[in-house]
Amino acid sequence: MTRALPAPVYGAAGLAALLAVLEAAPRLGLVDARFLPPASEILAELGGLLLTPGLWIALGETLRGWALGLAIAFVAAVAAGVLIDLVPGLRAASNSTIEFLRPIPSVALIPLATLLFGASLGSTLLLVVYASFWQVLIQVLYGVADVDTVARDTARSYGLGRWSYIRHLVWPTALPYVMTGVRLAAAVAFILAITAELVIGSPGLGLEIQTAQSGGAVPTVYALVVLTGLIGIAVNVGVRALERRVLAWHPSVRGTSQ
Amino acid sequence: MKAILRVLGLPALLVLAWWAYSASADNFYVPDPGRVAAAFAETWFGERLLDDALPSLGRLLAGYVVATAVGVGLGVPIGLSARLRATAEPVLEFFRAIPPPVLVPLIMLLAGIDDTMKVLVIVSGCVWPILLNTVEGVRALDGVLADTCRMYGISRRHLILRGASPQIMAGLRQALSVGIILMVISEMFASSSGLGFTIVLFQRGFQIAEMWSGILLLGLLGFALSTAFRWCERRILFWHWSNRA
Repeated sequence: MTRALPAPVYGAAGLAALLAVLEAAPRLGLVDARFLPPASEILAELGGLLLTPGLWIALGETLRGWALGLAIAFVAAVAAGVLIDLVPGLRAASNSTIEFLRPIPSVALIPLATLLFGASLGSTLLLVVYASFWQVLIQVLYGVADVDTVARDTARSYGLGRWSYIRHLVWPTALPYVMTGVRLAAAVAFILAITAELVIGSPGLGLEIQTAQSGGAVPTVYALVVLTGLIGIAVNVGVRALERRVLAWHPSVRGTSQ
Repeated sequence: MKAILRVLGLPALLVLAWWAYSASADNFYVPDPGRVAAAFAETWFGERLLDDALPSLGRLLAGYVVATAVGVGLGVPIGLSARLRATAEPVLEFFRAIPPPVLVPLIMLLAGIDDTMKVLVIVSGCVWPILLNTVEGVRALDGVLADTCRMYGISRRHLILRGASPQIMAGLRQALSVGIILMVISEMFASSSGLGFTIVLFQRGFQIAEMWSGILLLGLLGFALSTAFRWCERRILFWHWSNRA
């Protein structure tokens, strides 16, 4: 055993190895370069695409659908979750409906979205909102059920009104759960935004991939796929940073930073 | 009686609202529940069940099983070696971050548009959550437990698979929903059979009630698969604290 190197060194080596394999395989003729261009060519293509305004417009369209859909789903899910918690008996009554609707794959709604909205932002939003709504709602329902009974009784005996009860007790209790839901929903929403563009043809990166593929521009397809991967990573990192920030006061986060 | 009302009350109300809406609004895109039910029976209890629904399910299952084998098979060695893990992690995180549906056009390029392509698409999407969760589960194995197992001569393989199984199951659950999405999407591209293809066909032909029946079938399928998964999970993780309450 030699001295351990820091983890990023190994990580960089791993990425370099992947690039080397992707460069060598088509060059050596192991795979057809028409179907899998060398890595250098893909990255050069991506560099070239990043200089064109069309790509940035498409990227903006994708991110708009993603952010808007996520925001709508978030507001609707939090409102529905709090309502279900506040109305007596509603949780038990809605359980079967939620458990049935939740696993319905949102891609099943693609034909409906096509009919109702065609190839537009509306289609993207329908799929994104449906997919992310349940992710957040389930976590909100877990969260609001977790309110400490002693704290609840205390709040009642001090005569807290309904609004301050939600604001000072339910919301802080549910927030860590809600953030978990948001983290899951953000990833799902990105997948569905790209899917809607790819399959229905709403404007965005997915449509660019679809156009490049049917036009036989293979390096462009790969470059765009790499780009979606990079955005996916950015989404994950961004939401985690948001989670840490919003929950900075929470014991699960407080100990880890600094 | 009360329990039945609790389970079926709200769904019944919703169907009633749907029926009332379709009767009063006369919206072309929203047929009444009766017509959808009739279309459902007519469409899916016949040839289409054999020609479209079952092959779709078969491909999903094949892709899922291959992804599980590859994911767990690679995840265990990567999880056991810190150095391998540090090397592989950025690459794996990148592949996981790619939205799986964009792999459909890529794999169509590499593998054509037959059944192999569809199974490969499902494998390529399902494998990452399984792989990364296996790595995480194996990494987090309890050291004291490992030493105890060595002392008592319990096989290492048993310790690793059992110890990591809650995490592996979490990965499998994510992979199942990804798999269903990919099953449908791979059939919407360049295909002549399967659930995804059929539903889009109905939509393009403005067979609205049939289209709704297809959406309903996909919904039932998603529900049935997730119920079956939960049943398996409870059996496999029967020893875990979350199932012993």
